[in-house]
Amino acid sequence: MPDVEALERLGRLISADDPGVLVATTHRPRRAEIEVRPDAVVDVLERMRSEGYAMLMSVHGVDYHPEPRRFGVVYELLSLRNRDRISVKVRVDDADPRVPSVTPAWPTADFQEREVYDMFGVVFDGHPDLRRILMPEDYIGHPQRRDFPIGGEPVIFTESEPDHPGWWK
Amino acid sequence: MTDEPTARPAHREHDAPAAGTDVRERGADIADRDDRIGGPSAPAGAATATAEAPASVVPGGYRAHEASIDFSSQLGTVATQDEAELLTINMGPHHPATHGVLRLLTTLEGEVVRDVKPIVGYLHTGIEKTCEDKAYWKAIPLVERMDYLAYYFNAMAYCGAVEDLLECEVPKRAQYLRVIHLELNRIMSHLVWLGTTALDIGAMSILWYSFRERETILDLFEYSSGQRMHTRYFQIGGVAEDIPGGWEQSLRRFVREMPKRLDQYSAMLTRNEIFLSRMKHTGVAPAATLQAKGVTGPLLRAAGVPWDLRKAMPYSSYDDFDFQVPVGTEGDNYDRYLVRMAEMRESVRIIEQAIDGLPEGPWITTDRKVALPPRHELATSMEALIHHFKLVTEGMRVPAGEAYHAIEGPRGELGCFVRSDGSSKPARVHMRDSSFINLQALEDMCRGGYIADMIATLACLDPLLGGIDR
Repeated sequence: MPDVEALERLGRLISADDPGVLVATTHRPRRAEIEVRPDAVVDVLERMRSEGYAMLMSVHGVDYHPEPRRFGVVYELLSLRNRDRISVKVRVDDADPRVPSVTPAWPTADFQEREVYDMFGVVFDGHPDLRRILMPEDYIGHPQRRDFPIGGEPVIFTESEPDHPGWWK
Repeated sequence: MTDEPTARPAHREHDAPAAGTDVRERGADIADRDDRIGGPSAPAGAATATAEAPASVVPGGYRAHEASIDFSSQLGTVATQDEAELLTINMGPHHPATHGVLRLLTTLEGEVVRDVKPIVGYLHTGIEKTCEDKAYWKAIPLVERMDYLAYYFNAMAYCGAVEDLLECEVPKRAQYLRVIHLELNRIMSHLVWLGTTALDIGAMSILWYSFRERETILDLFEYSSGQRMHTRYFQIGGVAEDIPGGWEQSLRRFVREMPKRLDQYSAMLTRNEIFLSRMKHTGVAPAATLQAKGVTGPLLRAAGVPWDLRKAMPYSSYDDFDFQVPVGTEGDNYDRYLVRMAEMRESVRIIEQAIDGLPEGPWITTDRKVALPPRHELATSMEALIHHFKLVTEGMRVPAGEAYHAIEGPRGELGCFVRSDGSSKPARVHMRDSSFINLQALEDMCRGGYIADMIATLACLDPLLGGIDR
């Protein structure tokens, strides 16, 4: 994990051409994270690759409901040379959740972007084969969203039974 | 269902030649009988597949009818060698060689694999979603069930991520106990891999031997935690309980025994000619391709990249132990076999060092906001009672933030991403399962090879569908 100075340097590096690219840097005792503008993520990851972070280990989808810029996609980068990890994050809005796909440059993101699309409904522009991966193809909805009901049956007591007409069906 | 009595005397299969009346395929009688019940009668005197049987026995059965069908008018001509005929088949989801409900959409040209598309999701159980509705400590048994052969690893990745968020220090004894159990689990997982891989290739006996040692490990798990599988032994901040008396002796017996057993497996397989011809030079993919696809673990090490998180970025006191990282040279299935066999030996060495150097002290953190207070304190301390009550009912509250904790699982990097929103339930748990990522490289390993080699390659990939689908 880079220290604070190294993280700031990386932040300056990726925002050298366009200051708007860098949204925030977060440094916690066991985590270093750079948040960038969604449309710049391909360039930023490429820049990080030239800095030695040559492996994309994981792509996570996160739902920050009910915050604005609701969906997040986190890219966990690893440098084999420096034995170092850093996270790059983008946040997109609920209305049109679109992130450029990094699959053409990082083939390992293929299944993982499909999973994020499946679970959160974030659309990855430029993905060669963006289909559902875990849920059935005809499934409606994106189950990992925070407002997607987890399911289960209501607990029926004598007094609450009228509230659940036909619960046994 | 009543059997229609037949004119011929009933006979067992093995005395059919002696009886001399008819030598017929097994099941033909049933087909005939069914045909007589309701099927159309075949043309009389048709050439039959069972021509050696007397014609009187087959009064126009199913097989006679089948043999009379002229397929040439229905199927067209069979393609010759120079005409490329591609055939796309489904291998799975129910197939004994896919190690679970994995479906491979395979395009073949003759016996040569031209394309493989893995289709997953048949085992999706929504564990990650369910975790969001559980308190932190109640999610541990759930994440353990993702990769069901690496339950200690799943728990370790998850607990590590939560400990990162809590910035909680794990006592040394707990770290060593974790290492012992992780390495036992690694051997156990590799043993299952060894047995099933050899079984896929046709060597059945090795499965029984490897499962014998696996049982010994599961007995050790049962001894220390009460469960053979999905033990829920790792807690946030340490382990659930100190090892019981006598466990160390059992472990030492296992440590003494295991290298000899590994020698026996090697004697059966390493120079076995059939095994060699199936494993050598099959399923090769260059290391650069594997890295681009995100492959880690024994698969990457077999291709010659010495990357092991236990060495590279040590966690849980792995830097205290002296062990080596086995690597291969060629990256074929045989190297994958050798690397895993060598890894089991290294795991035994680690266990031996860990039990020798097991430090005294607490086995779980003393932070009362994280770990339950000892039982005896509840009778005397009001504070302890309050903490106990809060931890059991509501669970611990974890500071808001995100953490990604990666460890070296038996199949590669196993990482857990946990997001906390400050409440007592995780807002997101996501497992970077190594099988899920490694499966993407199957296409590169199999393309251009024979379909029989694909079985061996898939076995050496060691995919765990519970982890892939989660």
